[in-house]
Amino acid sequence: MHATTTSLNQSIRPASTAKKPRNFRWRVVDIVVASVIGVASGVIFWAWGLAWSPLSAILAFTPGLEGLLAGGWLFAGVLGGLIIRKPGAAVYTEVVAAVVSMLIGTQWGFSTLIWGVVEGLGAEIILALFLYTNWRLGVALLAGAGAGAAVGFLDTTFTSYAALDFGYKAVYFVSAVVSGTVLAGLLSWLAVRGLARTGALSRFAAGREGSRAPSAAIS
Amino acid sequence: MSLLTPTIRPSVVARLNPVAKLAVALIVSCALLLSIDWVSAGVALLLEAGLLLWCGLSARQFLLRTAPVWIAAPMAAVTTVLYGEDSGALLWQFGFISVTEGSTQLGLAIGLRVLAIGLPGIVLLATTDPTDLADGLAQVLRLPARFVLGGLAGLRLVGMFIEDWHSLTLARRARGVGDGGGPRGAARRFFGPAFSLLVISVRRGSKLATAMEARGFGSDEPRTWARPSRVRAADAVLVGIGFAIAGIAIGVAVWAETWSFILA
Amino acid sequence: MLHTPPFPAGHDAQIRAVQIRASGWGWRHAGRHNQAVSGLDLQIEPGERVLLLGASGAGKSTLVHALAGVLGDAEDGDETGSLLIDGRRAAEARGRVGLVLQDPDSQVVLARVGDDVAFGCENLAVPRAEIWPRVRQALTEVGLNLPLDHPTSSLSGGQKQRLALAGVLAMRPGLLLLDEPTANLDPDGVIEVRDAVVRSLDRSGATFVVIEHRVEVWQDVVDRVIVLDPAGGVLADGPTREILSRQGERLATAGVWVPALPPRFPTRSPIAPAETLLRAEGLAVGRVPFGRRAASVVAAGITLNLRAGTATVVTGPNGAGKSTLALTLAGLLKPAGGTLQASDKFAAGIASEPHRWRSQQLLTRIGTVFQDPEHQFLAATVRADLLIGPHALGLSAAEQTSRVDELMHRLRLDHLADANPFTLSGGEKRRMSVATVLATRPRLLVLDEPTFGQDSRTWQELVTLLAELLDEGTALVAVTHDAQFVSALADEEYRLGTPDPIRLGAGAL
Ligand SMILES: Nc1ncnc2c1ncn2[C@@H]1O[C@H](COP(=O)(O)OP(=O)(O)OP(=O)(O)O)[C@@H](O)[C@H]1O
Ligand SMILES: Nc1ncnc2c1ncn2[C@@H]1O[C@H](COP(=O)(O)OP(=O)(O)OP(=O)(O)O)[C@@H](O)[C@H]1O
Ligand SMILES: [Mg+2]
Ligand SMILES: [Mg+2]
Repeated sequence: MHATTTSLNQSIRPASTAKKPRNFRWRVVDIVVASVIGVASGVIFWAWGLAWSPLSAILAFTPGLEGLLAGGWLFAGVLGGLIIRKPGAAVYTEVVAAVVSMLIGTQWGFSTLIWGVVEGLGAEIILALFLYTNWRLGVALLAGAGAGAAVGFLDTTFTSYAALDFGYKAVYFVSAVVSGTVLAGLLSWLAVRGLARTGALSRFAAGREGSRAPSAAIS
Repeated sequence: MSLLTPTIRPSVVARLNPVAKLAVALIVSCALLLSIDWVSAGVALLLEAGLLLWCGLSARQFLLRTAPVWIAAPMAAVTTVLYGEDSGALLWQFGFISVTEGSTQLGLAIGLRVLAIGLPGIVLLATTDPTDLADGLAQVLRLPARFVLGGLAGLRLVGMFIEDWHSLTLARRARGVGDGGGPRGAARRFFGPAFSLLVISVRRGSKLATAMEARGFGSDEPRTWARPSRVRAADAVLVGIGFAIAGIAIGVAVWAETWSFILA
Repeated sequence: MLHTPPFPAGHDAQIRAVQIRASGWGWRHAGRHNQAVSGLDLQIEPGERVLLLGASGAGKSTLVHALAGVLGDAEDGDETGSLLIDGRRAAEARGRVGLVLQDPDSQVVLARVGDDVAFGCENLAVPRAEIWPRVRQALTEVGLNLPLDHPTSSLSGGQKQRLALAGVLAMRPGLLLLDEPTANLDPDGVIEVRDAVVRSLDRSGATFVVIEHRVEVWQDVVDRVIVLDPAGGVLADGPTREILSRQGERLATAGVWVPALPPRFPTRSPIAPAETLLRAEGLAVGRVPFGRRAASVVAAGITLNLRAGTATVVTGPNGAGKSTLALTLAGLLKPAGGTLQASDKFAAGIASEPHRWRSQQLLTRIGTVFQDPEHQFLAATVRADLLIGPHALGLSAAEQTSRVDELMHRLRLDHLADANPFTLSGGEKRRMSVATVLATRPRLLVLDEPTFGQDSRTWQELVTLLAELLDEGTALVAVTHDAQFVSALADEEYRLGTPDPIRLGAGAL
């Protein structure tokens, strides 16, 4: 019995490991799961928005460091990009998250959507620069930084921070980038690893990379 | 029936096309984003107040839904007064903090702007059923159906979070890992289910995608829509009102010479 | 004996029945070593009605997923041979095919009942004017008499199954695929739904493949049975009556429920003093809706005595509140009214209301199997998940392993020890969820639909296991629609809605 299973495996394995052309079309499962991640992140965005007011009031004593809080709104895009691995995933997930937080109700109203688009683009551009083929930690961190830079630019140009001195703005911008790198880049990368380990991502390349090792161990 | 899929009471606003509501919120927001001054924000807020009166939300619901804005607006205002760009006479100084005529005015402008941008968005969307919104996005704006409906499915799955959380805690209790373990146990009991929730939703999402495909969803063939999403005269009027609010707000601010274009 | 449609003239002109050809077809799920299906050669002609049988885990669901074109691509598994729908690959024929999945819980797409049923029609581009009459008709046919704007989130297990069926019937596809469509339905519902399906087929003339372990439900309305062999290929294929009578013996040993050869019921040796463990008096059960404080009661006035060594079954129509009652008896939901009290001996020094017990205290006293098995999976592999309970009890490592190994062996799960619980077949999931509870040996077992989706062999194994536990003095409450389970085990039947429990079997003596 065991022998037959192994021989079956051997005859089949090559087909699965053969290099397939990358398919960039979104499957239905890509869309739904990206939406699920987006919506769940949106709820966190909203909660983060509530916590933001008191936190930023505290950080306001340290000029410009409020930017450190921006990362709480940036992880969705990186997370979606890392899981779905298709062009547009980062923008889509971030926008869905922004819209959902807006649906529940944020003080930024409709501008949340605009912010979501630009933040998503910030991460997306980095993933695109790597041609959607590299999903290592470094790229995740860079994507987070990209989203941070995007929000740093938006906040210091179009919000109440636009009224602040240049020094404030510079500090704000840098802390937004740092925040994006850590909260969006690092945390998302860790979350994808955790999700993959539970087997929940079995229909995604992101989930199978991690699970290949144990399955090989059994055979 | 949950946080994300509220029960919508029938009202004039609830019957308007969601896309028209979105358009109004977008128009007013964009107009107000162009400048930081208290006149344009104040005028817009006044005009909106007229609209919000007949939005069909009860006073309690209205306050509940808009609570974030009512908290955020004064916070944003105070922060700006204390740390905003200074100009004009110095009113008060304490170390880093300086309050000037200029920063006070900015603070007022920011507070009003948060209200004027926040309120219409929340109220208009609190009176909109997500399914109707999806219908509108796909039929009126012609966004791709695969994405609109996939997104709607995702929204519904997460809308069941509270229910899922409930059954997850029941299951953990039944399996003997529902309590005990001191503070570390408590943390595990919060983060355990919180992560499981994400895991379950992703899994549900994967399965739901299969179920949707099993009912013919996902091809590029044209599909029909069981619920028509039409733009009626009332919707056009609403969008007109949106433009009017934006125009009047900007007009009054320019006339009062408080308008300060943000990119200038 | 090919099926001759009774009303050829009434056929919907636009529906073309689908033809199926499989040659040497096989599939291995990504991450699995064994083929789910292999070496399958099959021809199904347009308009044929087929009952697909086979042991639990034989690959039936995998096959119908493939027919519906939803198995996925090379990323999801390895395909061998060919499977053609009207001469095209199945994934390209999607839309000609309607499939009801095995798990009713995960296939609700939209938030309102009416919209959900309309979803399939919209995807097939049915004109709007035609959609709503179809939706209403489908809902009536499956016996789901709810307003079109009823929220789908508050349906019971059986109601969800009816909803999923209505959604596919309304599509009127050229190939109708049903994966255990009646597993969660009450006995009247089973007949009602089957007749609805047959009416729909008579009208459309579509090709039909149904998976169902209980042969007697469908045997009179299908032309042909195909029995999948877990080792690959088909075990039997041919006209229903002929196969069941000629090869009945062989099929029964392979796990098929052959109506003429029912599985043997275990012999019970009831224990003498059946002491009461838990007593419900005037109990009302319900769930607390989100955002409110008081429970909305779904069933009230329940008086029950749960005694050691005694099996009580709870029956009743879909949506009657059986699952809610089970969760309440299990100490997981707070009673909405009346009293629920454990005997002093059962409580053994803690409070007498089960809902106030701590999770650890519950573990050795009451074990619960949820209606949806997925709700109770916590770990990433079958073995790890089964070990959770024994570990929480603080048993020695050797004891933990021996308990779990024995259970996995008896419930035929040993070859799946390292599989992810969520990727199991429907029947395997059910057995696994029962196993998680048995691993801690509680004194009272609360099982919600413990036997659904089981082939006759695993059914017998499960029932025997439960009978042994009963003889050792375990008390059992089972919510079930399975009449054979009731005959095999029940001492008392509580029919939700009737004032008193009905005494059966040993209890009646
Ligand atoms: N998504 C999946 N990933 C990995 N393995 C799977 C997956 N789905 C099913 N399997 C495995 O493939 C085999 C066949 O499963 P399938 O669901 O087709 O069985 P089935 O005949 O429908 O059984 P049942 O009567 O219990 O529903 C099983 O061993 C199962 O564990
Ligand atoms: N999660 C829930 N939230 C709100 N209402 C629910 C929920 N689950 C079930 N209900 C409602 O409670 C009632 C009883 O449901 P329950 O699941 O106990 O029925 P049941 O007797 O187990 O039915 P079935 O045989 O279909 O499983 C039903 O009318 C159902 O609509
Ligand atoms: Mg199956
Ligand atoms: Mg039930």
